[in-house]
Amino acid sequence: MDFFDRFAIPHASPAIYASMVAIVLTSVAIVAGLTYFKKWGYLWREWLTTVDHKRIGIMYLLSALLMLFRGGVDAIMMRAQLAAPESKLLDAQHYNEIFTTHGVVMILFMAMPFIIGFMNFVVPLQIGARDVAFPRLNAISFWLFFMGAMLFNISFVVGGSPDAGWTSYFPLAGNEFSESVGTNYYMIAIQIAGIGTLMTGINFMTTILKMRAPGMTLMKMPMFTWSSLITNAIIVFAFPVLTVLLAMGTMDRLFGTQFFTTENGGMDMLWANFFWVWGHPEVYILILPAFGIYSQVISTFARRNLYGYKSMVWSMVIISLLSFLVWVHHFFTMGQGALANSIFSITTMAIAVPTGVKIFNWLLTLWKGKIVITTPMLYSMLFIPLFTIGGVTGVMLGMSAADYQYHNTMFLVAHFHMVIIPGVVFAMLAGLTFYWPKMFGFMLNERIGKLTAWIIAISTLVAFMPMFFTGLDGQARRMYTYSEATGFGPLNMISFVGALGLAAGFVLLVYNVYYSTRYASRDISADPWDARTLEWATHTPVPSYNFAVEPQVSSEEPLWDAKKNGHELFKGEYKEIHMPNNSGVPFIMSSIFFVWGFSFVFSLWIPLILATIGIFACMTHRSFEKDHGHHISVKEIEETEEKLRGA
Amino acid sequence: MKIDHSLPLEYSTEENRLKILGFWIFLGAEIMLFATLFAGYFTLANRTGNGPTGAEIFEITPVLIETFLLLASSFTIGLGIHAMRLGNKKAMLTFFAVTLILGLGFLGVEIYDFVVYVHEGAAIQTSAFTSMLLTTLGTHGAHVTVGFFWGLFIILQVRKRGLTPETANKSFIFSLYWHFLDVVWIFIFSFIYMKGMM
Ligand code: HEM
Ligand SMILES: [Cu+2]
Repeated sequence: MDFFDRFAIPHASPAIYASMVAIVLTSVAIVAGLTYFKKWGYLWREWLTTVDHKRIGIMYLLSALLMLFRGGVDAIMMRAQLAAPESKLLDAQHYNEIFTTHGVVMILFMAMPFIIGFMNFVVPLQIGARDVAFPRLNAISFWLFFMGAMLFNISFVVGGSPDAGWTSYFPLAGNEFSESVGTNYYMIAIQIAGIGTLMTGINFMTTILKMRAPGMTLMKMPMFTWSSLITNAIIVFAFPVLTVLLAMGTMDRLFGTQFFTTENGGMDMLWANFFWVWGHPEVYILILPAFGIYSQVISTFARRNLYGYKSMVWSMVIISLLSFLVWVHHFFTMGQGALANSIFSITTMAIAVPTGVKIFNWLLTLWKGKIVITTPMLYSMLFIPLFTIGGVTGVMLGMSAADYQYHNTMFLVAHFHMVIIPGVVFAMLAGLTFYWPKMFGFMLNERIGKLTAWIIAISTLVAFMPMFFTGLDGQARRMYTYSEATGFGPLNMISFVGALGLAAGFVLLVYNVYYSTRYASRDISADPWDARTLEWATHTPVPSYNFAVEPQVSSEEPLWDAKKNGHELFKGEYKEIHMPNNSGVPFIMSSIFFVWGFSFVFSLWIPLILATIGIFACMTHRSFEKDHGHHISVKEIEETEEKLRGA
Repeated sequence: MKIDHSLPLEYSTEENRLKILGFWIFLGAEIMLFATLFAGYFTLANRTGNGPTGAEIFEITPVLIETFLLLASSFTIGLGIHAMRLGNKKAMLTFFAVTLILGLGFLGVEIYDFVVYVHEGAAIQTSAFTSMLLTTLGTHGAHVTVGFFWGLFIILQVRKRGLTPETANKSFIFSLYWHFLDVVWIFIFSFIYMKGMM
């Protein structure tokens, strides 16, 4: 039985046994359901093998929502533990595991797929393209992300979760202090997902640079496309750092190298530096597409074009450059001299300038607009003041001398939640509500939607504002409890209430999906929000080829031109359309990657070698494969268009 | 598939042009990957712990042979692409084969080098310096190994399918990759070996 001992959980608890049972039951239910309803073929043909950017986008979004709930449960457990002093709900080890998985899941497996999901669904439509540049690669990206996320999530029930924080600093993350396989999961699961993300970056940069509709020059691209282009450029330059970093961490843990050790020349600060050279650009990878979504939503519902288009673009370019020059602000207190700290303080505060430019552009768009309050718009308007709180406290943290007071306290935790929740999560919810009709052919209920937005916004404030105060009073982050005498109790209780409010908000969101699926009208137009860009110019549901005729563009708001100024979007006749074929290889190869990762985590060398061979076999197969895609004939296009116009 | 005959074969279709741009972007990512390794190397180069220093283990002869082999292979693959543009399939395949043989020679010498390092007490676990050195060299070597098989597959395909827009595109992209590995080697040669021996 020795062999199986390694898979046991080092610190098991009822919660973990309960989730084991839950996982088994859910899996059985899914398999049984698919078999009973005879859906295996459908699942394989329409989803697992698809290379269609719209379907891949939807799968990204569903995974992100799933992970939002996983990360949300972690969050509730943490806040419950801290709600009262000296609480015994969780012990220190569990608390460590939970804040680690919460951070990783939320940033890498919730926020990342959320933004990439929107890029997938929206960007090709917005630029009038038929798909992304490399549809097959896109499927590989998705499945690698998915398998990475799954691998990371099973750590909870097989072998133990990572417990060294989402930043996983060495020497804490080394073998000496993190004995379980948890940190191996961290290194390898993120590696697999990260490779997928890197390929997304390459794919979308190529797509946006090369596949825009005729007339759409760079300075006529819709703002979400601009933000995606810049984000993907950051991905291409930042993610290789993560690749190297994780490989080095893996080798330190499994092969006994000396990169980050404290003897034989090893240098633990190298991890911290590399981590944040990737990590700070990463937070801008999250926020820039969110800014893009806000720009789309705000100009749509202010019923006017975006104020300051050029300055919006330039501010994003500047942010993307600066984002690589500020990483030291994450460890001002960790030993570099005053000069280095001062330089990085200045670069950090400089980022607030282009960010401010964007805020003022949105405000001026609203100022001159005729505002219509819909759910997406409500999220956008709530975003502006809340995000400003996060941004201003960021500048406070950026002052290196003052940071000695705030660093590693709840103040920091409050800062990044006040940027990430209003910044990224609100944008994702706004985007979800906004694009829902295009994806699924009906609208989400507006009344429930607005109520949800208010609940989430107020709960965010209730949950995180108290932390600014306890943080200033000295409550440290990542501590599983505190004594009565500190007096942190009441404010932490308020935070817990806020966390429950957030949970209620997300439950309401799910209820809205259920309610609208049942009751919402399916009789909606292709452009239900009276929007301005090309994704709304095609039918709902969007045909596989997106546009029967390539659209013509002459400004950054082609659909608006067509509606108001008589611009002719679709000139010319139907022509045969070339489309890529579906393929099962991305799914199969990524599944082998899962086995590869699992074997690596547990140092099972023979399966690891076999899986490696399997991966190379898939790549070899791809090299020799002849796949020229297929053509959709003019007749087929005519029939599809006829049907969709009627519908 | 629309073929534009005014352009070289490897650029002649829309799909081919996308692939070439995509590959350049991929090379951008590869530059960052090696830049990170170099940054790590510069940080750890003098942190030798109880292990040997660079000056103690580096030998000029094998390194010069490696350099010569890899630079020569970069030249021959250039000739191969030139032959491809002229439509001379046989010459192209010969040059590609020579390239791969030179690559194999490079790998042989590099492996020999690694064995010597380990014998001299510079294994991957010895010190931060040796960990970083062998990882950097190893990453480059792994790229050459992957390149070897990739190149082999391309030779087989060109032999069987002839010079089509598709195979020409693959060959051209492969040549970009191979040149890139050469450029990385030049950095390794100058900043790891030359600097380390001085
Ligand atoms: C005005 C712009 C911003 C400034 C000046 C700023 C500044 C800072 C500083 C100085 C820290 C480190 C503080 C410490 O450890 O003591 C920090 C942490 C953090 N920031 Fe920001 N920030 C800004 C915007 C953002 C945005 C937009 C995001 C995400 C979307 C973000 C996410 C984070 C995260 C996740 C951390 C904490 C990481 C950790 O230690 O676990 N920040 N910020
Ligand atoms: Cu930062």
